[in-house]
Amino acid sequence: MTIEKAIALAPAERAVNLIGSDLTEKSLKLHLEGLSGVDAVGLEQRAAGLGTRSIKTTSKAWALDTIIKLIDLTTLEGADTPGKVRSLAAKAMLPDPADALTPQVAAVCVYGDMVPYAADALGSAWSNGSDNGINVAAVATAFPSGRSSLPIKIMDTKEAVANGADEIDMVIDRGAFLSGKYGVVFDQIVAVKEACRRENGTYAHLKVILETGELNTYDNVRKASWLSILAGGDFIKTSTGKVSPAATLPVTLLMLEVVRDWHLLTGEKIGVKPAGGIRSSKDAIKYLVTVAETVGEEWLQPHLFRFGASSLLNDVLLQRQKLTTGHYSGPDYVTID
Amino acid sequence: MTRLTVPKTYKLYIGGKFPRSESGRTYEVTTKKGAFLANASLASRKDARDAVVAARAAVNGWSGATGYNRGQVLYRIAELLEGRREQFVDELMATESLSKSAATTQVDTAIDAWVWYAGWADKYVQVAGNGNPVSGPYFNLSTPEPSGVIAIVAPQDSSSLLGLVSVIAPALVSGNTVVVVAHQNAPLSAISLSEVLATSDVPGGAVNILTGSPAEIAPWLASHADVNGLDLAGAEQLEWVDLQIAAADTLKRVSGPVVGVPAPSIERIVQWTETKTVWHTKSLI
Repeated sequence: MTIEKAIALAPAERAVNLIGSDLTEKSLKLHLEGLSGVDAVGLEQRAAGLGTRSIKTTSKAWALDTIIKLIDLTTLEGADTPGKVRSLAAKAMLPDPADALTPQVAAVCVYGDMVPYAADALGSAWSNGSDNGINVAAVATAFPSGRSSLPIKIMDTKEAVANGADEIDMVIDRGAFLSGKYGVVFDQIVAVKEACRRENGTYAHLKVILETGELNTYDNVRKASWLSILAGGDFIKTSTGKVSPAATLPVTLLMLEVVRDWHLLTGEKIGVKPAGGIRSSKDAIKYLVTVAETVGEEWLQPHLFRFGASSLLNDVLLQRQKLTTGHYSGPDYVTID
Repeated sequence: MTRLTVPKTYKLYIGGKFPRSESGRTYEVTTKKGAFLANASLASRKDARDAVVAARAAVNGWSGATGYNRGQVLYRIAELLEGRREQFVDELMATESLSKSAATTQVDTAIDAWVWYAGWADKYVQVAGNGNPVSGPYFNLSTPEPSGVIAIVAPQDSSSLLGLVSVIAPALVSGNTVVVVAHQNAPLSAISLSEVLATSDVPGGAVNILTGSPAEIAPWLASHADVNGLDLAGAEQLEWVDLQIAAADTLKRVSGPVVGVPAPSIERIVQWTETKTVWHTKSLI
């Protein structure tokens, strides 16, 4: 797996470039309110249409391997232990012990205090800031609710980065966003982005979780996506996985369209990560189709698209075993998570 | 006044629901002389796969019920069969060209077999289990437990209802869940049985009934890694040696082809169980 270097722009520079140097709450709000509304019926119809593609044989084999390479293998439970994180890391390195040709996943995603155990367990397979290997992603900023003060969120982020996290998954303050305080959300993302800076001046990748299940409308999802990109996010991510509904195909399509628009406007490539609720290979393949048809196949790389998932990997492995052995496999032949 | 006939298209029974075949295929069910009776779904390998998934999901609930409770649920099915006996008699007369008395005999025998097996639900453990004598201060107890998911090819030559009951009841008794391929040419009684099961207390997925070609579906069930047992009772016309070889790859329990209909026997219950043996220290009580 190859990760491109984090985009070298300083926090908030994108917004300054686009909106102008007199960046105020008002100018930001005017900019976001000026985005066109989302055609909800058209969006859902488009997503449903993309979900009907039939992917077979060699294309399916390619799709399954691609899905594995794009997975952020995740454990975000209150009951997480160092042992559980180690077994997750073992699975990330060797997803199917019966088939050494199975690709490795993109990253393991854990709580900030579990980062040292994850890095240790990955050993030489850990990318550790380099371009190759498995990344360690940490959720930060009072995940999953985001309800704490800014200094605590910054401390949370800095600690995870100091522990070695290659990627930070932050949550936005949905309460502030829904009450129209876009400037507060913007400033928090900028501050967290700054906290992602390592001692050598590089930045940990920042994924901004919108928690679309709490934003209520597609218009809000578009605004929040735009806002997160303006503030310096490298990735926009749908959900924490703790709120239902989590990732849905229409919401992911909408976020991909924002990323496409941003790319057309500035040439920059922003990543998208649907997370939560994607459990079957069939669903995941629909997402691959959506990505390829919306922003292009170039986005089907770990630095531009990820699946946040835990149980998805087992289903992909079962499908993969079916393709390689010719007979149906069963849950006895993959690990228990 | 003449009435329009209402030809039916029957569906599969998977996970407590009645889906059409994923493939969209159907085939005609006819009398022995070739007169049209109904359309039935022609199940594909993916329907078999879905059925195994549903059966696997139902294992914990069904095997976790007490033997007494399973017995009550199975008795209740016998009651429902009794209530629908006229329908089963008519279907057997149509599909197997039986006389009314022969069809009635088959339905009665099937209900009796069902009741016979239901009675074993809370008793087979006492017969098949054991307290073993060991040379040490231990209790040593062996007890049978259900294997899991059993794939069955129902008897294909005659007695479509009795054959079906004689293979699914013994697997169900101990807490297994089943995926069964019904009699190919006379599937109507299997479909009616699934309607009985759907309105009984058997949890959805405990019994899954596929109609169609055993020759097409059986190889996929035999090689399926998530199936624990393979009953080839009705497979004497198939390449059953190949099916046994495929099943051996995943260490399934296999029961071979049977001529006619398997007679009720406790061996048919015990063959779909695994023996668990527990050592426990004898202490001063």
